[in-house]
Amino acid sequence: MTTRIDRAQVEHIAQLASLILADDETERLTRELADMVRYVEELNELDTANVEPTAYVQLERSELRTDEVEPCLDPQETLAQAPRSAHGGFAVPTFVES
Amino acid sequence: MPSHDEVLAIAERVRAGETSALDATQAALTAIDARNGALNAFLTVSHENALDQARAVDAKRARGEKLGPLAGVPIGIKDALCTRGVVTTAASKILEGYVPPYDATVVARLRAADAIIIGKTNMDEFAMGSSNENSAYGPVKNPWDPERTPGGSSGGSAAAVAARMVSATLGSDTGGSIRQPAALTGTVGIKPTYGRVSRFGLIAFASSLDQVGPFATDVRGAARVLGVISGKDPKDATSLGAPVDDYEAACGKSVKGLRIGVPAEYFAKGLNPEVEASIRAAISELEAEGCIVRPVKLPHTRYALATYYIIADAEASSNLARFDGVRYGLRVEPSGPGKADLKAMYGATRDAGFGTEVKRRILLGTFVLSAGYYDAYYLKAQKVRTLIRRDFEEAFREVDVICSPTSPTPAFRLGEKVDDPLAMYLNDVYTLPASLAGIPGCSVPAKPTASGLPVGLQIVAPWLEEAKMFSVAAAFEARSPGLVPPLAT
Repeated sequence: MTTRIDRAQVEHIAQLASLILADDETERLTRELADMVRYVEELNELDTANVEPTAYVQLERSELRTDEVEPCLDPQETLAQAPRSAHGGFAVPTFVES
Repeated sequence: MPSHDEVLAIAERVRAGETSALDATQAALTAIDARNGALNAFLTVSHENALDQARAVDAKRARGEKLGPLAGVPIGIKDALCTRGVVTTAASKILEGYVPPYDATVVARLRAADAIIIGKTNMDEFAMGSSNENSAYGPVKNPWDPERTPGGSSGGSAAAVAARMVSATLGSDTGGSIRQPAALTGTVGIKPTYGRVSRFGLIAFASSLDQVGPFATDVRGAARVLGVISGKDPKDATSLGAPVDDYEAACGKSVKGLRIGVPAEYFAKGLNPEVEASIRAAISELEAEGCIVRPVKLPHTRYALATYYIIADAEASSNLARFDGVRYGLRVEPSGPGKADLKAMYGATRDAGFGTEVKRRILLGTFVLSAGYYDAYYLKAQKVRTLIRRDFEEAFREVDVICSPTSPTPAFRLGEKVDDPLAMYLNDVYTLPASLAGIPGCSVPAKPTASGLPVGLQIVAPWLEEAKMFSVAAAFEARSPGLVPPLAT
């Protein structure tokens, strides 16, 4: 598979990733992303039809802990790091019409 | 008390009452104050907080209580690790001023071992980089030559140890971010087996690759720190329950008869001749120590870089989605009519908060995970990762450890590779395969170049066989001169 990366595609990917790029940044990143994609396509040289993907890094799955209620962070302390908070929660701009 | 004492020396003297934790901490603070201006290795120095911790350790001793294995040892922490009450930014503007309400498990374990958390070290933003030039707070300078990089992304942690501001630090290694800067600064750097050390409280870059590990002035110091931070953590489901070996005891073990594999693929085009000569000489030293040297094959090495960038960036694009201006860090709310929507706030925040390298990687990661491309790129890379892991499995049937250069070149100049991302990425070519396989690796100082720049010997061991790696590292260290940059003397 050979994929051509163009400006429109980078703008679309940026939108998916919630990134707003300046014009010159879009241009530079289009060039660099095209280089990167061309480079990673060297993996196509390998036949991996019968190879299992590495879905799990460890040799064995580690044991899960029991599902028990434990103390958690103090909500006030956590909210203290929020750029804006209100009514005991994280405040965001209105996104549903009232 | 000199600031450049090794980890074990400080801990033993504090425990024996020959010196105090306060003296050890003050010595480190003095060294940091004197040298950090030139190097930018620390982003935050917790003067008062560190002195309070030291007083608490001294009080504990005065009460007759037994002190921990890192009693009074000042340790710097990579700014990717959360420290309760101390600013943690991952060297990004998007987390400027963020004060975590909790400690990373590794930090909590250091505190429990009576170490002194002295400050936060500089790094590439979100650990993305090989030169520490991507920090939003300026690059770190290499103590051997301030016009050169210390390597990345744990460049601050490496430089702080090299310059003897502290005798140990913590870093994180995703594709080589402990081993490569260790090599470029003449320090010891350890990446443990994936899952050996908890990642709870490590600001994630690529979760299937990230591992926390120590830098130290010497192998035994690194062994002690790794012993303290290793082991199962209920807060990290990927941390392993396997027993933690006595790494310090391993440092004294004979390596006679141990089989060392040398992969031809790591001595190919692109390797600096002086680095090659130094590493071949290092392998001869190990042979003289009684090791048996054998060639091994790692045929998929040349695909590691492409595989790594697909997997790491895919995971990064997902992990970094949490930085949206809602729960912590920076928020930019676009002004003007029609602009007060959530999506616009996410975009404006991420645009202002992320640097170019982070954006570049988020874009590649989003691309390889997007509809229509997932199988061709991400799934393909996961399959090649399996082939790379199998290479190591095969090799470790024949040998006990694998030795190679850590980095293809000595420290390069600041700015030399910033405009060519691919050239920069190639700097990690020898460290990436072990990261993809999840196996432990370390870098130990070898003979420097003629111009006096450090060179690192990489030793890679099978899964959970860190002890074997430490035995070889300590045996080599005993036959090679320690490296101390002029700045630290």
